[in-house]
Amino acid sequence: MTDATSTSTSTSTSASPVGAAHPSPVAGAIRRANTERAGALVGYLPVGFPSLDESIDAAVALVENGVDVLELGLPYSDPVMDGPVIQRATVAALQSGFRLTDAFTAVERIRARVDAPVLLMTYWNPVLQYGVDRFADDLVSAGGAGLITPDLTVDSGADWLATSDRTGLDRVFLAAPTSTDARLRLAIEHSRGFVYTVSTMGITGARSDLDAAARTLVGRLRAQGADSLAVGIGVSTADQIAEILGYADGAIVGSALVKALADGGVDAVGRLAAQLAVGTGR
Amino acid sequence: MTDIIPPQTASLRAESGPFFGEFGGRFMPESLIAALDELDEAYQLAKLDPEFHRELAELGRTYTGRPSILTEVPRFGRHAGGARIILKREDLNHTGSHKINNVLGQALLAKRIGKHRLIAETGAGQHGVATATAAALFGMECVVYMGEVDTERQALNVARMRLLGAEVIPVTSGTRTLKDALNEAFRDWVANVESTHYLLGTVAGPHPFPVMVRDFVKVIGEEARQQVIDLTGALPDAVTACVGGGSNAIGIFHAFLDDTSVGLYGYEAAGLGVDTLEHAATITKGRPGVLHGSRSYMLQDADGQTLDSHSISAGLDYPGVGPEHAWLASIGRANYRPVTDADAMAAFRLLCTTEGIIPAIESAHALAGTLELGRELGPDATILVSLSGRGDKDVETAGRYFDVLDEQGNAIV
Repeated sequence: MTDATSTSTSTSTSASPVGAAHPSPVAGAIRRANTERAGALVGYLPVGFPSLDESIDAAVALVENGVDVLELGLPYSDPVMDGPVIQRATVAALQSGFRLTDAFTAVERIRARVDAPVLLMTYWNPVLQYGVDRFADDLVSAGGAGLITPDLTVDSGADWLATSDRTGLDRVFLAAPTSTDARLRLAIEHSRGFVYTVSTMGITGARSDLDAAARTLVGRLRAQGADSLAVGIGVSTADQIAEILGYADGAIVGSALVKALADGGVDAVGRLAAQLAVGTGR
Repeated sequence: MTDIIPPQTASLRAESGPFFGEFGGRFMPESLIAALDELDEAYQLAKLDPEFHRELAELGRTYTGRPSILTEVPRFGRHAGGARIILKREDLNHTGSHKINNVLGQALLAKRIGKHRLIAETGAGQHGVATATAAALFGMECVVYMGEVDTERQALNVARMRLLGAEVIPVTSGTRTLKDALNEAFRDWVANVESTHYLLGTVAGPHPFPVMVRDFVKVIGEEARQQVIDLTGALPDAVTACVGGGSNAIGIFHAFLDDTSVGLYGYEAAGLGVDTLEHAATITKGRPGVLHGSRSYMLQDADGQTLDSHSISAGLDYPGVGPEHAWLASIGRANYRPVTDADAMAAFRLLCTTEGIIPAIESAHALAGTLELGRELGPDATILVSLSGRGDKDVETAGRYFDVLDEQGNAIV
C-alpha cells in the first residue's frame, strides 16, 4: 500500500540504528522481552505520587514484578493528554511540592536498585525552562534512558533531536490513528527506543474494549518499516496485553497502575504489575 | 476619503505563521496534528474563495450588525487629559462582544469541512455565548467548557448558553479557570476529532489558530481605520485595547501595524498589582514558554509550571497570550502595560456615568489605560479604543464592587 515510499524506510533507526554510536537500552530491553516471552511490558507512574519516596518504591516494585521498561511521568500543570486518574495523581504531586530535579533523583535511586531502563514522560515546557541541554545532561548523569514527549512532535522538536543525538538519549515520539503515512515515517525515523503507538483517539485512561484502531495502526507502522512498537492508552488487563503482544513489541499500562497505587499503595501496584506481566508470558 | 499612502517596505501585516519571529508554532499531541492540518488546509482554501468571504460578510452585515459604529466620548475624554477619545463599538455586536466575528468565521469553516459538533472554552462566557449562538444558527451540536470558578462568577452567561441549546460543562480540574477549560477542550477534541471542530476563542493555541482567528477579527481594525479617517481626516495617534489572549487587541491593531505613526497599546490585567502574585500581566511579568500549543509569553514558575492568574475580569484571567502579541512586543511595535482591578473598575464607572455606556470589565482595562495615555499624549491626541464588549454580564460583579448590590445580588437601597 505504500510502494512509493518504501525506500525511505531503509533509513529507519527506531530500535537499533545500524552502526549507531548509542545503542538504545530501551530497544534492547524490548527486544530481549520479545525473544524470551511474548513481548515487553512498559509501566507508567508519575514521580512524586503519593510522595517521592513512595513513587520510587512503587517504580521498583513494578520492575520486580515483571515490568521491562519504566515510564516515569513528570507532573505538569497543563497535561492535555492525560485523563482524570493521572491528572489527580500529578496534581497531588505538584501540591505536595514536586520539583523537576526530583525526577533526576527518582531515576538515580531507581536505577541503583533495579536494572530496567527508565524513560521520562514529560510535556515540553518544563524541559524548555530547565534548558534542553541541561535537562538531557542531568538525565544522563542520573542514568535515565531518554524521553517520551507527548506534546512535542518530530517537526517541532529540532532542538531535542540535536540534543538527543549528542547525548545518545532515547526519544520516543507518538503515532496516532489519524497520522498520515508521511507522519508515521517521521515518527519511525526519529524515534529511538520505540514508537509510542496511540491505541485509540483519546486521552489516557483504562478502557474495556481496546480499539481495533491499534491493530490497524501497528500494521501501518510495520509497513513503514517500524521495528520497535509499543501500544498504549486504555490498556489495563493481562488479556489486553496478551492480545497487543500478538502484533506489537510492547504494551504500555499507565492509569490502571496509578489507580492501584492511589488505592492500595506500593504493595497493590506490585501485585497488579505481576498480574499484568502474565499477559507477557511470564 | 484619504490620501494616506501605505508604506512600501515589508508589511508587518503579512505574517501568516506558524511562527511570528520566535513565537508561535505547534506543540501538540500527534493525535491532533491531522485535525490541525485539515483545518489549516480548509482555511487556506476558504481564504482564496470569494464565496466564503461573501458568506462571512453577509453574516456580518445581517446577523452581527457590521460595521460596528464609532462613538466619540468627549465627557469621558475630559478625564483623559482632554484627548479626543473614539470608541469602536464591538459591544453593540449581536451577543455583546467582538467574539462573534471569530466564531462565525470558524463555524462557517467547520461546516465546510463537515464537522457537526462545536466545542469551545470560555472564560467570561462571551466566547461560549457566541459559539452557542453560531451552533444554533448552523444547526450544530455545542459543548462549552468553562472553569467552575467562572461558571459561578458569570452565572448569567451560563444561563444564556443553556437557553441557546448548548451544554455547559464546568471544569473542575487544575485551577478551574480558563486555562483548564482549554485543556479540557483539547482533551475532548483528541477523543472526538472526526466529528468535532474546536472553536478556539482567541489568537492563542497551535497553528493555524493564531493566524486564522486574527484574520476573522481583523475586520474590527479595518473598519475602524477607515471610519476614523472619515471622521477626523487623519489616522489616530494611538489605538488601545485590553489583552487577555489578545483577540480584540489584534483585531483592532492589525490594520494599523504598518502605520508607524500610530502607537499601539495593549492593556493587561494587573489584578491586585504586578508586584503581587494576583495578576494576569503575561507580557509585563511573564517569560517565553510553551502553553496550549504555542510558544509565547506566559506566567510560570522556575520549573515551567503554569502559574495561576488573577483578574476581576474573567475574560482576561489567563496566564498566556497570543504569539503575535509576544512578537509585536519583542520588536517594539506594540506596547503592553498593566492595569489593576481598581483602575479598571474606576474607568468602568466613569464611562457609565459620563457617557451612558456600560462596558465589559475586560474593555474597562483598555479604558483605564486610555485615561492615562490621554494624559501622557495631551489634548491634541486622538485615541481609538476597542470597546470589545458590553457590561450586561458584569452588572452583578460591578454592582457588588460599588455596593449597589449586596452579596446575594439584591439591590441595596
